[in-house]
Amino acid sequence: MSTTLTAFRTSTSSGFDIERVRADFPILEQRVHDLPLVYLDNAATTQKPRAVIDAISNYYLSYNANIHRGVHQLSQSATDAYEAARKSVQTFLNAEDAKEIIFVRGATEAINLVAQSYGRQHVNSGDEIIVTAMEHHSNIVPWQMLCEEKGAHLRVAPINDAGELLLDEFEAMLNAKTKLVAVVHTSNVLGTVNPVRRIVEMAHTKGIPVLLDGAQAVPHGGVDVRALDCDFYAFSGHKIYGPTGIGILYGKRALLEAMPPYQGGGDMIRSVTFEKTIYNQLPYKFEAGTPDIAGVVGLGAAIEYVNGIGLSDIVAHEEDLLAYGTEALGAIPGLTLIGTAKEKVSVLSFVLEGIHPHDIGTILDRQGIAIRTGHHCAQPLMQRFGIPATARASLAVYNTAQEIDALVAGIHKVKEVFA
Amino acid sequence: MSELQDLYQEVILEHSKHPRNFRGMENANLQAEGYNPLCGDHYTIFLEVEDGIIRDISFQGAGCAISKASASMMSQILKNGTTAEAEELFEKFHQAVTGKESGKEPDAVGSLGKLEAFAGVAAFPTRIKCATLAWHTLHAALKGDQVVSTE
Repeated sequence: MSTTLTAFRTSTSSGFDIERVRADFPILEQRVHDLPLVYLDNAATTQKPRAVIDAISNYYLSYNANIHRGVHQLSQSATDAYEAARKSVQTFLNAEDAKEIIFVRGATEAINLVAQSYGRQHVNSGDEIIVTAMEHHSNIVPWQMLCEEKGAHLRVAPINDAGELLLDEFEAMLNAKTKLVAVVHTSNVLGTVNPVRRIVEMAHTKGIPVLLDGAQAVPHGGVDVRALDCDFYAFSGHKIYGPTGIGILYGKRALLEAMPPYQGGGDMIRSVTFEKTIYNQLPYKFEAGTPDIAGVVGLGAAIEYVNGIGLSDIVAHEEDLLAYGTEALGAIPGLTLIGTAKEKVSVLSFVLEGIHPHDIGTILDRQGIAIRTGHHCAQPLMQRFGIPATARASLAVYNTAQEIDALVAGIHKVKEVFA
Repeated sequence: MSELQDLYQEVILEHSKHPRNFRGMENANLQAEGYNPLCGDHYTIFLEVEDGIIRDISFQGAGCAISKASASMMSQILKNGTTAEAEELFEKFHQAVTGKESGKEPDAVGSLGKLEAFAGVAAFPTRIKCATLAWHTLHAALKGDQVVSTE
């Protein structure tokens, strides 16, 4: 495994320099339990580059004001920054129109918005909504709530032991009663990248709209909503080096136009009398109340940061790490990787024979290594694999092969404790 | 790393690998299910209680080393004791693993006997619920509740 290290890309012809990337993230200097931090919990949340921290701080230091309603200079500056970030997201997703980009609290709220607005309008008793066996709770529970309210049925497309969607079985589930397909683009537990283009095609053939949960997909590859032709796309800012509390719902304009508001309040109205309220146009119709302006500014900075490095370099680096990590972890006796799809991103979920993931997590933590252990908000998926939990190392742009080595050494230490 | 050795003491590792009273019970007259949604630890505690005496106690389920060893050692220590003693010991155990014994009774840990092994948990706040899950479940069973969650 150490021979792979010498072949490892530390910089590319296009200028990717891991040391410079690491220097952009001040928190990586932290020591944990008096050891260097090895942060491998990026699927839970990523660390923030200085550019993002500075953008948020600069907003509060120099132009904090409410947006869309002030005549004064600061309000204008805040509005400009807010709308510039919307443009950045639009370009990043290749959406046709900035009006299709709705700021929400995160992927969870984006999915709830679609369930409560589009879902309540279109789903009726006896109808069906299709998800997959690898969904995060955030793409299960909003649909269950809707189904319960409407007397509709949630159907689950199965996966194989590698953690890949069984596409034929998925297709066979689509029928006249199916009102929506809601599928995770990239699994937070397995790393599986679903064939979402094919899924959208299959659903559209039957006139069924598709929502993609992209929380884990956007940090690891280019997402082109027009090429995918998906109807809704949801993601969270904090998983792509942005702040927590801000996320995106993309929706095709015609669908969003026809949907009722999700929440009522300020900013989402054109005029209000006690008799009747006329709603604002897109995207403001779905942005009731003063939004997380600092969060939006931070997310804009995060996307610019990612663009600055270049997604293709990020993907290449993470693919190298994944290949290295898969081989290194796979060589540990008693370790089983959960999630071995052909198409996957840099997530390494594993179990160790006879050792519970929670114990693995504690012992690694004392070595400065941060991983996630548990069910990862995907309990039905744990049941599918017949395990209570996994340990999960998830990698980001700033991780290194040396950190994988530290993880491997850490796992050996875990085995020593339990020997 | 010495805190790790305090947490994963030999007796704890041994009980986690070879849990005692790890079985179902057909004639249980009290039982409860305990669940820690955070890490997925999940146990059922079975009791046969007669005139305030715990005639038999057993458990089934799955979880981390700390939770399993705790359930195992709890079952050993409580068998043939009274339910009042069990509740009293739970209180002391809870104080020990949450680190609250200091300043109260200096010998609180000392009076725990074998359960002293769990004092190292106090240095790991995220693991306290693992150590107390079986005890919370026992407490629920004695009260007549059937399900308890520690989150």
